[in-house]
Amino acid sequence: MMESGGVVVELKGIVKRFPGVVANDHVDIDLRSGEIHALLGENGAGKTTLMNILYGLYRADEGTITVKGRQVTLGSPKDAIDLGIGMIHQHFTLIPPMTVTENIMLGSKSEGFLTDPKRVEEAISILCDRYGLRVDPKARIWQLSVGEQQRVEIIKALYRGANILILDEPTAVLTPQETDQLFTTLRQMKKEGRALVFISHKLDEVLAISDRITVLRKGRVISTVNAAQTSKIELAKMMVERDVVFRLSKAKVQKAAEALKLESVSALDDRGLQALKNVSFSVYEGEILGLAGVAGNGQRELAQLLTGIRKRAAGRIFIRGRETTDYTPADLLDLDVSYIPEDRIESGAILDLSVTDNLILKIYPALSKGLLLDRSAAAEHADRLIKEFDVVTPSRDSLAKTLSGGNIQRLILARELSLRPRVIVASQPTRGLDVGATEYIRRKLLAERERGSAILLISEDLDEIMSLSDRIAVLYEGRIMGIVPAEKAKIEEIGLMMAGTSMKPDKEAG
Amino acid sequence: MDLRFRVEKRPPAPMWLKVTAPVISVVAALAICSALILQAGVNPLYGYYHLFVGALGSTLGLSETFVRFSPLLFTGVAVALAFTAKFWNIGAEGQLYAGGLAATFFGVSFIGAPSALIIPLMFVSGFLGGALWAVIPALLKTKLKVDEVVTTLMGNWIMWYFTSYLLTGPWKNPVTVWPESAAIAPTAEFPILVPGTRIHLGIPVALFCAFIYFLIHARSSWGYELKAIGANPKASNLMGINVTRGLVTVAILSGGIAGLAGVSELGGIHHHMKTDLSFGFGYTGIVIAMLGGLHPIGVTAAAFFMSVISTGSQVMYRVTGVPYPISEIIQGMTLACLLLGVFFTEYRIRRKKE
Repeated sequence: MMESGGVVVELKGIVKRFPGVVANDHVDIDLRSGEIHALLGENGAGKTTLMNILYGLYRADEGTITVKGRQVTLGSPKDAIDLGIGMIHQHFTLIPPMTVTENIMLGSKSEGFLTDPKRVEEAISILCDRYGLRVDPKARIWQLSVGEQQRVEIIKALYRGANILILDEPTAVLTPQETDQLFTTLRQMKKEGRALVFISHKLDEVLAISDRITVLRKGRVISTVNAAQTSKIELAKMMVERDVVFRLSKAKVQKAAEALKLESVSALDDRGLQALKNVSFSVYEGEILGLAGVAGNGQRELAQLLTGIRKRAAGRIFIRGRETTDYTPADLLDLDVSYIPEDRIESGAILDLSVTDNLILKIYPALSKGLLLDRSAAAEHADRLIKEFDVVTPSRDSLAKTLSGGNIQRLILARELSLRPRVIVASQPTRGLDVGATEYIRRKLLAERERGSAILLISEDLDEIMSLSDRIAVLYEGRIMGIVPAEKAKIEEIGLMMAGTSMKPDKEAG
Repeated sequence: MDLRFRVEKRPPAPMWLKVTAPVISVVAALAICSALILQAGVNPLYGYYHLFVGALGSTLGLSETFVRFSPLLFTGVAVALAFTAKFWNIGAEGQLYAGGLAATFFGVSFIGAPSALIIPLMFVSGFLGGALWAVIPALLKTKLKVDEVVTTLMGNWIMWYFTSYLLTGPWKNPVTVWPESAAIAPTAEFPILVPGTRIHLGIPVALFCAFIYFLIHARSSWGYELKAIGANPKASNLMGINVTRGLVTVAILSGGIAGLAGVSELGGIHHHMKTDLSFGFGYTGIVIAMLGGLHPIGVTAAAFFMSVISTGSQVMYRVTGVPYPISEIIQGMTLACLLLGVFFTEYRIRRKKE
């Protein structure tokens, strides 16, 4: 075990340039054993780049890296792993068809030509118990929720002997409860003398978990402060150099007709297990129904069911008075249903198509004359939306994959909202986005609500649910635990429901 | 010295580099293959001189290049269309034979019918034959998730042996007793467009197909759908695009056009159905589609280049004695160089500094 408090990693004068941008500009930072060091900053501040350099994924253009007193060159993640550095990426590096155990064994030094899964399984169980990481070693990755997959990544790093662990936005995909669990795990690791880096842009969490906080802005270190001696406001100022609006004002909207209705809907997940049990609720025009819940309690299946890409096992769905139970995505398009999917990279946009081609995905038949697509009309449409939704892109012909995460989400929002939808299913719409983009997207959703759209907001961000919703429903193990009006909702009450305590169903009348 | 290298993603390549990459790979392939020509005891410059002059420098050479251009343009377009939607049709060869067989049926049976009836009939039946042979793998893929690379590739062999079966059995030429079909009706033979050459109707039809491909690629909403499906079928489905329909229709068109290559060779050149109707045109079509960057103009240019190499290497063989299979080595080497070239437009290799 390392001596607690000693400096284990020192990054000095790190410079990393990408074409047209300096991602890290003479960054100095040190990590100590037995501490949780937070890297705080907006999207594009250079946090991930810096840590990718420490993990050997990028090579710094300038600067030195010292690990445990020795200056090192990190040519690849393998070098970093050999030095006891582990990294949990925002996008996981797991192989979906393989089991948890197989993923953990993969590439591990301790495996020879012949493997012994039993032994690894035991080792995994021991790690699981020690750090409170609940996961089934025999499950296949594609069957796991995002939160569970993250636990697998952490176990993988620990199994490889990481005592310097980098977590890139680990809570972006977690619910409050899962976050608490993760924090317990992190504190346990800290107590054992490991050095932890916690990348985030969530102020509350950073303050709750870290010992020291380094704020990055536009690739530069603004300051490194002790968590105990700073405040949320101070950090926010350092981070964005402006006062952040934390609350959104919401106009009263008269509730009107029922736009979306689920009647005792059940559905299976990919494993063939019941993911939704007897789910019934309605969403009315001009309201946002917030669906809170811990990851993996049926949110994904519900969203897929409502967008026509998952078959129900039982029950009926009505949209704007019409039964749409077995509708395909194409059928739903005609009913003015818009969808903001949770995996925006895979389902929300087509990254290898241009910005224009992405913006016309749902309306190109209307832009066609006979068999031919009216390219100039498409360009006009794209220009208009790029301007209206402030999509930052080199040109309308650039590939969508060249855009930042926040701008890809704006692109998706532009495409979906320009259809003037009557029903919107928004799944984790602000996950992983910076403060500016998050605020923008929330405002847009509120504007849609005022326009009269019925919005189902599926989110694991409880603040988001609380500040946007008219009513809040909680999903737990595939069941609706209760639906409460937002103004009467108490956060403890919601938390209890998310943990599986059923509330007396509030009268659901409008 | 520690020689370690790392591969890095480079900034997006400028347009001119993407366009010149195929040209550079062609030059590189020719340079590498010059070693083989040298090994055959011939000065490579002398050999390539005869290759290019042989293919382009005389009326006869040029006309033969165009004769070869026809099947290669058909298969190149067929493969490129399918690849646009990432339907990996490796089966243009089998679809070519399927098209040839279907056209033979009508060409042999309708003795005495006027050309204006029988030739269109051969094209339509050949298209349908090829389409049928491609739509089976497409249905297997979309309905049962069977990998189309395997099914289309295996389909080539099934169709080739089926052809062989017919031509040595029920369809055997009753006059010559050769393993080939009876001659198609004289009215089914394609008109020669340039007297004194073998330039036939199949060539403008192939160019017409390339033009249709251009319209689909650049202008049509269907082509846009195909690109979306190819780039991300999951998201396309979510956007309301009918992915199954897109894949099945592109398979029909791709297989049909590959079938036309068989019709063209049958009606324009051989006038009998044969087991060597194709010299691997279906496979060369894959090289052409990739070399042409799945772009109509690129594919047309690549098909022409491959025709030049194919025709020219025969001339080079006759004049200098360099064995003509060099043509296929050049084709394969060009693809290898191109794949490497595409890699270098996206990545660069750097020495590790220690």
